[in-house]
Amino acid sequence: MTERPGEAAGPVGAAPAAAHGHSHAHDHAGDCCADHGGAGTRPFDPTALIGARGLKIVRSGRTILSDIDLDIHAREILTLIGPNGAGKTTLVRALLGLERPDSGSVRRRPGLRIGYVPQRFEIDRTLPMTVARFLALGDGARKHRIASVLEEVGAARVVNQQMSELSGGELQRVVLARALLNDPQLLVLDEPVRGVDYVGEAELYALIGRLRDTRGLGVLLISHDLHVVMAQSDRVICLNRHVCCSGVPETVAQHPEYMRLFGPEQARNFAVYQHHHDHRHDLAGEPAPAPSGNAPPGGEQ
Amino acid sequence: MIELEPFLLRAFAAALALAVVAAPLGSLVIWNRMAYFGETVSQASLIGIALGLALGIDITAPVILVTLVVAGILILLSRQKIVPLDAILGLMHHGALALGVILTLSLRGPAVDLMSYLFGDIFAVTTTDLYWVYGGGALVLAVLAWLWQPMLRLAVHEELASAEGVDRDVVKAVFIVLLSLTIAIAIKIVGALLVIAFLIVPAVAARPFSATPERMAVLAAAIAALSVLLGITLSLNFDVPGGPSIVLFMAVIAALSVGSAALTRRA
Repeated sequence: MTERPGEAAGPVGAAPAAAHGHSHAHDHAGDCCADHGGAGTRPFDPTALIGARGLKIVRSGRTILSDIDLDIHAREILTLIGPNGAGKTTLVRALLGLERPDSGSVRRRPGLRIGYVPQRFEIDRTLPMTVARFLALGDGARKHRIASVLEEVGAARVVNQQMSELSGGELQRVVLARALLNDPQLLVLDEPVRGVDYVGEAELYALIGRLRDTRGLGVLLISHDLHVVMAQSDRVICLNRHVCCSGVPETVAQHPEYMRLFGPEQARNFAVYQHHHDHRHDLAGEPAPAPSGNAPPGGEQ
Repeated sequence: MIELEPFLLRAFAAALALAVVAAPLGSLVIWNRMAYFGETVSQASLIGIALGLALGIDITAPVILVTLVVAGILILLSRQKIVPLDAILGLMHHGALALGVILTLSLRGPAVDLMSYLFGDIFAVTTTDLYWVYGGGALVLAVLAWLWQPMLRLAVHEELASAEGVDRDVVKAVFIVLLSLTIAIAIKIVGALLVIAFLIVPAVAARPFSATPERMAVLAAAIAALSVLLGITLSLNFDVPGGPSIVLFMAVIAALSVGSAALTRRA
C-alpha cells in the first residue's frame, strides 16, 4: 500500500536504503516531466503527515502549479527546489491551507501540528519586540518553555534582545524556535538560509537535521540554492510549476531536467557537498566508473 | 490664571480621553504601516461632515459611514496591480479633501465654519460630544483589548500569523472599523486634517523609549496627555487654536525623542 512506483514523489522516499545503493537508474522513466497522465487519481498515503494529489493553482489566468503530487513522512527531510517563480512558495501556502487549490486536494493527518518558518522575516523597526515577547506572542508560552526552546536552537543568549537588532542567522533561529513551541510534527521552512552567511548556513542545516533526529520531525525545506542542503535531504523535488523530477539528491542533481533548470555549474557545486563517491553519473543518470577518487560527479563529459 | 470653566473642563476631559484611546490605536497604525491609509480615510471624513450638514443631522454617523466606504474602496483598489498603492492613496487623499471642502462650503452657504472642521474646535465640545468620546472610546478600547494580540502578530509577520490561525481579513476589517469610529469621535476635537497626527505622532515619540509594544502604547498615551495639557494651556494664554497647539507639542516631543535617540545611537 505504501509502495507505489509511479508516484511523482518517487519510490526512493519509501526505500532510502536502496537509493544509497545508487540503484536508481530506473527512477527517471517514471519521475520525469513527460509523465503526468494519471495525476490526481492516486489515493492518499495514510502514513504521510501531509499529502497533495493533483494540486492545481491558477492565479489571474496563469497556471502557477499543476499536477502536484507529494507526500511528507515523519523523520523525512524533503527539499523543494526550483528557480524563482517556480511556484515553491505557492505550493507551501497551499499545503498550509493559505491558498485554495483550483483542483486537486491536500490532506493532513488529523490533528497535525505544523511549525512554519516563513521567507523574508523582517520585523518593522517601529515595533519594539524582544525575542522573549515574540515567542510569547499569541498563545502566551511560559518563560521556561521559551528558554528551553531557545536553548534547543542555540539562541539562548538573545532572549532579551530586540528582534530588529538580531543578525540574519539569529533571527532565523528565533523564528525556528517559535515554530517549535507548539511541538509540531511537521516543520516547513521557506528559504531559511536567506540573509544568513555561509558558515551560518551550514550550521542552520545541521540544526534542522538534528531536530529531525531528536524530535522525529518531518521537514519540508524550500530552496532555490542547492548547496549544503542536499547532504541532509532524504528526498528532493525539483519544481517548475510542475514536478520536474524527484528522488534522492544524487538522482535529482544528475537529472537532465535539473541540469536544464539550474545549469551544469550549479549541478557541479551541488556535487561538492556529497559524501564520498566511488562513481560518477553520466547525463542520463546512469552510474559510470569514476575517473579518480574524489572528483565531483557530473563534471566534464 | 486658568479658571476651570465648564467649557474648559469639557475640553480637557474630551482631549485626555481621546489621548488614551488614540495611543494604542495609533501604535497599531504605525506597526501595520497604515499611517497613510489612516490619513486618507480621515481626510475623506470631510465628505461625511458635508453629508451630515446637508441632512441636518449630527455628523458622527455620516462620518463613520463615509470613512468606512472610503476604507472599503481603498482595500479594493489595493488589490489591483495597475497603479501602486501609494499613488492610489495620494489620489484618494487629495480627491476626498477637495470634494469634502467643496461640498461643505456649497451645501449650507456661508454659515459653515470650515476651519473648525479641518482643525477642530476643542472649546466647542458639548456634553453630548463628551458622551460620544467616553462611550465610543470605551467601546474602542474594549474591542482593541481583544484585537491587540492578533494585530501585533499581523504586524510581526502576516503570513506567519495567518499560518498560525489568525484570520487576517476579519482582524483587519474590525481594526478599520475601530479606526473609523475613533476618527469620527476625534474629528470635533482635532479636526479632519489633524486627527491622524493625534493617532500616530505620540506613538512615534514613544518608540525610542519602548522595549515592548505595550510600553510603547502606554508611553504614547502619556505623551499625548502631556501634549493636551500643554497645548490647551498654550491655546488659552496666546489665543491660538487648541487642536493645532496640541499637535504642535506632540510633534516637538516626537522630534526631541527621535532626535536624541539618533544622537545617542551614533555616539
